[in-house]
This record gives sequence, structure tokens and C-alpha cells, in this order.
Amino acid sequence: MTAAHHDTPNVEYPAHFEPPHGPTWKLFFGPGLVRGVWMAGLGFVLGMFLVLALRLWWGWEPYWITEVILVVGGMVAAPMGFLAGIGSFDYWLHYISGRPTRPEDHSGHGAHSWKDYFRVNTDHKVIGIQYLVTTFVFFTIGGLMAMFFRAELAQPGLQFVDSQSFNGLVSVHATLMIFLFIIPAFAGIANFVVPLMLGAPDMAFPRLNALSFWLLPIAGIMFISSFLAPGGAFGAGWTGYAPLAEGQPLGQTFFNMGVQWAGASSIMTALNFLVTIITMRAPGMTFWRMPLLVWANFTTSLLVVIATPFIAGSQFFVLFDRILHTSFFTPEGGGYVLGYQHIFWFYSHPAVYIMMLPGFGIVSEVISSMSRKPVFGYRLMALSLMGILVLGFSVWAHHMFIAGMADWLRVPMMITTLLIAIPTGIKVFSWVATLWRGRIHLNTPMLFALGFVTMFVIGGLSGIYLGSVPIDIAASDTYFIVAHIHYVLFGGSVFTIFAGIYFWFPKMTGRMYNERLGKWHFWLTFVSFNATFFPMHYIGLRGMPRRVSDYDAAFGDLNFAISIASFVLGASFIVFVYNMVTSWVRGPIAEANPWRAHSLEWQVSSPPPIFNFDEIPQVVGGPYEYGVPGARHAVLSPAKEAQEVHA
Amino acid sequence: MRKGIVQLVAIGVVIGVLVTLVAVLFQWLPTSASEEFDRIQDLYWFATVLSIVIFSIVAAAVVYSVWKWRVPDDDDADGPPIHGHTGLEIVWTAVPAILVIALGIVSAVVLSENGQASARPLEVKVIGQQFAWKFEYGDYGDLKSGELVLPVDREARFTMTAVDVIHSFWVPNFGQKQDAVPGIETTILVTPTRTGEFAVICTELCGLGHATMRAKARVVTQVEFDKWVKEKQA
Repeated sequence: MTAAHHDTPNVEYPAHFEPPHGPTWKLFFGPGLVRGVWMAGLGFVLGMFLVLALRLWWGWEPYWITEVILVVGGMVAAPMGFLAGIGSFDYWLHYISGRPTRPEDHSGHGAHSWKDYFRVNTDHKVIGIQYLVTTFVFFTIGGLMAMFFRAELAQPGLQFVDSQSFNGLVSVHATLMIFLFIIPAFAGIANFVVPLMLGAPDMAFPRLNALSFWLLPIAGIMFISSFLAPGGAFGAGWTGYAPLAEGQPLGQTFFNMGVQWAGASSIMTALNFLVTIITMRAPGMTFWRMPLLVWANFTTSLLVVIATPFIAGSQFFVLFDRILHTSFFTPEGGGYVLGYQHIFWFYSHPAVYIMMLPGFGIVSEVISSMSRKPVFGYRLMALSLMGILVLGFSVWAHHMFIAGMADWLRVPMMITTLLIAIPTGIKVFSWVATLWRGRIHLNTPMLFALGFVTMFVIGGLSGIYLGSVPIDIAASDTYFIVAHIHYVLFGGSVFTIFAGIYFWFPKMTGRMYNERLGKWHFWLTFVSFNATFFPMHYIGLRGMPRRVSDYDAAFGDLNFAISIASFVLGASFIVFVYNMVTSWVRGPIAEANPWRAHSLEWQVSSPPPIFNFDEIPQVVGGPYEYGVPGARHAVLSPAKEAQEVHA
Repeated sequence: MRKGIVQLVAIGVVIGVLVTLVAVLFQWLPTSASEEFDRIQDLYWFATVLSIVIFSIVAAAVVYSVWKWRVPDDDDADGPPIHGHTGLEIVWTAVPAILVIALGIVSAVVLSENGQASARPLEVKVIGQQFAWKFEYGDYGDLKSGELVLPVDREARFTMTAVDVIHSFWVPNFGQKQDAVPGIETTILVTPTRTGEFAVICTELCGLGHATMRAKARVVTQVEFDKWVKEKQA
């Protein structure tokens, strides 16, 4: 916490803390990936024997049931073994068992070599980068799946895959993009930036933070490995509607359980953000002085902790119907089919805002500092986030206008849905007003932010169509929906993630990205994104349903054009990856504050020192006082590293 | 400043015209073949006009700002410290509120009109099953068909259910769509206004054969319908 530690990050500990054996012993029995792998195997075997033993004990035949053994051994015990193996629980287990703990051990802080990114690390900056690299790996995999099924859809008829594989590809694509890219990528950016913006040395619960990260790869690997299951990957869509999901092959279980791990990760992170934002603000950092990115993550975290348990519940119910023969959602046993959709959307509609609000925060930071003007209507911007948070819980059934739910529920849900346009509109107009008369620097983060504003307006307007019940009845479950969600989640969320990555790249890596490649990336993405998704509005309204491997030949030409555009969109990502990798390795050294922004993360060196601030900063004003003579956000003596850079 | 506003409006008009051309030059909606879809199409145009206006305003303001106030990279001045404008903020809270509530009211009216059954509609029972549709005409004994045949200008009430998983009944030219759900009955009304052949499409992912779960819908004159009924019953 204090400056003293930061001089001696590798504190020497008394000898009894060192393992009494050699390096080989340490490799296998010390915390790390090797121990993680064998303990995962051990976990699986224990889980398997537990199931077999219990079935033998009660004389339940058959003793071997693959799905149950897979759930208990493979999807609960093995991941727990892995987490224990890499050392996520070491501190807590030492504490519980009364063995000496090391409260001042900061050996898990900071990264001294690339290997430190593959360990349980408690530094929020390291965790932020772990999150981002991991999520971009899953983004790549999810994107490749999209390329694959766009190839299939380039012509009517089946060419490359059968329809179960097609359903699997579409389902896993959406699941990865939502649970393993957009949600955690925002968590990654926030992990890096939020404590710095607050003037805090780290998150409130660094060990919990590390644990939340390590749950992610477990979920991702679970989703992807469903392709290896007999019968193929889960193919009931990312929405996994019952009763279809209950009759699906084994792969469906991977979805039911993967969501639990991803959900647990998001809940822990959200709790951590809430506590951090409430309790770890620097002196003088009142709520009305917090940057909008912090506000955005505060509201997002509230959404996550309130809503996420609902999807966990919905998937457990489906799982119980599958393996315990309950009948939550099967009418034969008295279950209620629409119950699934109500519970699912009670999470998954707020999830749309979980995937959008952090992006709103990023865009506010980028537009303000690149226009050199204060955010227009700062307080209303913060309040509109709260407005979306509250309204967001009262609109879930607009996903069910044609589902056969109670008729009277449709009009109230339509009104609340349309009302969400008001706080969202306030945000869009305020961004535009922030641009107005500014001194606009049109660099890569700004291009993505402006691309976001215009594309998000299109996504919002198609949302107005879908909010109106009669139009929704005509357009629901068609490619119009596919177009709408990609304008919101790609033109919306993904553009803001790119804006955020370019904006904080110098802060995270200490190096500058290549501006020319960044602009190429933007324009290629922007044009091919529109060429891919705009025509989908048309084919949807004209009569092409979503989630089909084969379609009416009349849509053949347009689908061919869409597929070509989608390949260009995929290729544009290569420009991004190339830029990121080469710039990280040998880009020019970045200044502490290349954008001359006011918020706290820019007042320390790039990358920031291990504990962020040598001295706790004193916040004295708003975060966006551009153009106000003599205005300051905070008073602080720069960290030692920063002084050295400036010396 | 006045020149600036003229330029801004000009950009807005150009964008508005371009977007309007996109909206009218392509036929975005299938030809309507039902009274219900006629009403939905009116609503669609209402939403489209709204969207064109809002998109043009936002896009024009962004394009204009970037064109007018872009500075070179090495510029290190700040813009004017404008923190907000209460009047403007009230306007852009109130005006969208009025617009969306207006759309909401019109939508509610259309929804109610599309849901009001006449005294004696033709009753058709729709059964969704992996991966085929079945239609039962209760008014004509146990008349069953794999093809949907409807008399023109007579309201039909579809009562649906599903045998296995959720399916969704959609005839694009009718504009109406409804899920067929196992365990419950759902209904929807269609009043065909045009004779011809249309497609019945399943729009809710229902498994392996989802893409192929289609049937033919035929709208015929009352005379032809009666003839078809007689042939089927024979």
C-alpha cells in the first residue's frame, strides 16, 4: 500500500516459507500451470469415483453415465483442481488451516517477465492485460467460426457442414463473443484503468481479482471443447431455449456449465469493482468527480451482481431437467416452457447493457480528451447510466413478444423499451455536443469512438422498430435481428473496445501503436462491417429467418456478397493484431500522457509503477476541465518512474 | 455562425436525402397479403421517417464537427470549456420522449386492431412438430392438411401448439408471426387480402431440420376453398 514496498518488490522471506525441496519438486508441487494440469486430472478422477461410488452404493444401474460423470468430474471437480493447482486458493487455504500467511507478500504483484502472465498474479494491471489477451484469443476463435459459417451461407444448400455442425458453430460463435469477449474485455480494460482513475494502489480484493480471471479460460475451453463431444457442439443457440436444449446431445451440458464459470467470474469482478469504487477513491474523489468510465463500470457492476444469478439459475434448471429428470421446463411433467425464457431474459436483457455501458464510459473518455472539451452535461451523462440501469430491468419480455406470454404484458414492456431510447439519446446527443466547437484530433481511438456513435445510432434505431410490438412480430427471429444485434454489439461494443485498446495502449504497454495501421484498421473494419451487416436488415425483412443453414435461393446473391464482406471484416482484424504485436515489441516509447488527458491514470508513468502512486493523490476538481484556465483534476507528486522519465 | 448553420443543415439534408433514397429505392418489405400486415407497414413507415430524421441529425452533426473543427496532430490548444446547456439537455430529453411515446401509442393501437377477432373467423389449428407443419380445420370435421389453404378476405384465427420443442409460424407476406409452444396454446389472426401462393416458415430454431421446416400457404377464393374442402373430405 505504501511507497516503501515499491522499492523492494521481491521481499526476502524467512527460510521456512521456501519449499524444502529442489526445483523439480517445486515445478510439480509449487503453484503453477504444471500443478494445475495434474490437479485438474486428479479432480476429474475424484469426481468420477464419487459418482461411481454413490451409484454402486445405491445400486443404481447403469453405474456409468457419461453425462453425469462429465458434469461432476469434468466440469466441477477438474476446474476446481486446476484453480487449486495454479495456486488461486493458496493464501486462503493457509489462512483457514492456521498456517502462516504472508500478508505483505507482493511477489504476486507486477510482471517481470512474460512468464508472470501465466501465473496467479494479484496486480490489477497484470490481470487487466491477462484479461485482454485472453479475450482477444477467444475473439479470434469466435471470429474464425463466423468465417466458417459465412462460407457455408455464401450459397443456398449445404456445402461444407451438416446442419448440426452449423447450429453448433453459430451457437458457440455467439457464446464466445458474449461471454468470453465483450463482457470480459470490458472487465479487462476496467481492471487496468479503474483503480488508476480512482487513485487507488490496486483493486479492493486482489486475490479475488486473480481468481475471477482464471475462471474465464475454464469457461472458454469448456465451450470450445463441446465440439469434441459425441453429437457435436451445443446447437440450441446461445439462448439455449428449453425444451430444445433438453433434448440436445451431450454438447449442451458444456454450455450449461460453461455459463456458470463465466458467470461466477463476472459476479466476482463486479463485486470487486463495486467495493473498489465505493471504498478506494482517493481523498477528494467524490462521486461527482469520478470519470464517466468509472461511473459506467459502477452501473455495469450493479447490473452484473443483480442479473447474472438468473442465467446461472436458468442453466442449472435445464441441466437438472437433463440429468436429474426434473421437469422445470417440460410440459409433460407440469413444467412451464416459457418460464425458461422469462428467467433467461431477465439476465440476458440487462446483459445487453452489461455489454454496452462500459463502452459508453470509454467513448466519453476518448471523445472528451480528443475534442479537448469537457464532457457535455457530465451529471446528466452519469444519471442517464443510472436510468438505463433501472429501466434495463423492466424490459426483458420484449424478447418474447411472439413467444406466447401473457398478452397484457406486451404493451407495458413496449413502453419501457421505447423509454430506454431517452437516456440513450441523451448520451448520443451529449457526445455530439462534446465534439461541437472542440479541437478535434482525429486519431485511431477517436475514429473508433465516432464510428461507434454513428453505428450505435443505427443499432438504436433498428431497436425502435423492434420495440414496437407489431413491427417486432413481423421482424422477430429473422436476419433483421441479426443485423440489429451486430450493429449494437459490433458497431457498438466492439468499436468501443477497439477505441479503448488504442486509447490506453500507451499506458498499458509503455509503447505507442502505429497510427497509420490503426487508421487502416478502422476504415477497413468500418466499411466491411457495414457491407456485412446492413444488407441483413433487408434479407431479414424480406423473409429470411435467422439460424438457418439453408435458405431460399432468392437470397443467394445477397448472401454471397455478405459473405465476401465478412471475409474482409475478418481480414481487417489481422491488421489490428499485427499492429498490436509489433508495437508492443518495438513501438516507440510512449510518454506518460500522450493525449494530455486529465484523469489520474495519465498522471503516472507509462506503464504505471507497481503500486500506481508513490503518494496518494488529492483530487481537487472534475476529470474533464479542458480549456478551463488553471483547472486541475488532482494534485500529486508523480511516481518515481514518472519523475525519471521526465527528468 | 449563420453560415455554419446553413452548412450544417445542408449536410443534414444531403444525408437525409441519401438515406431516404435507400429507404424507398429498395423494396424492404414483402408485398402485403393481409390486413394485419397493411397496418404493420404503415407503422413501419412511421418508424422509418423517425429514424431518417434522427440519423440525419446525428450524422450531420458528427460530419460537420469533424470537417469544421479538426486540428492537426501537433495542435496543443484546448476547446472552449462548455460544460453543458440546461435548455438543450431538456430539449433532447423531451423531444425523443414525445416521439417514442407517440410511436408507442400508435403501436398499441395497431396491436389492438390486429388482435381483435371478428364474430366468426375461420378456425385453423396449427401444430408444429420437428420438422413439419400440420393444419387442422375444426369447422370442417376432422379436416387435416399439410398445406395451409385459406379463403381470401376472410379472417382466420390460428390456434397453435407444438408437439416437441418451440416452433414459430411465419408467412412473410402476412406479417404475422407466432411461436407454437409445447404445453400451451397461442393464437394469432390473419385476414388474407390477396390470392396466391406463399411460404410458411419456421423461425424458431428447432433442431437439425429447422431450415427445411416449411410448408405451402395458398390463398384462394371462397369458391375454390369450398371446393378444396369438399375434395379433402371426400
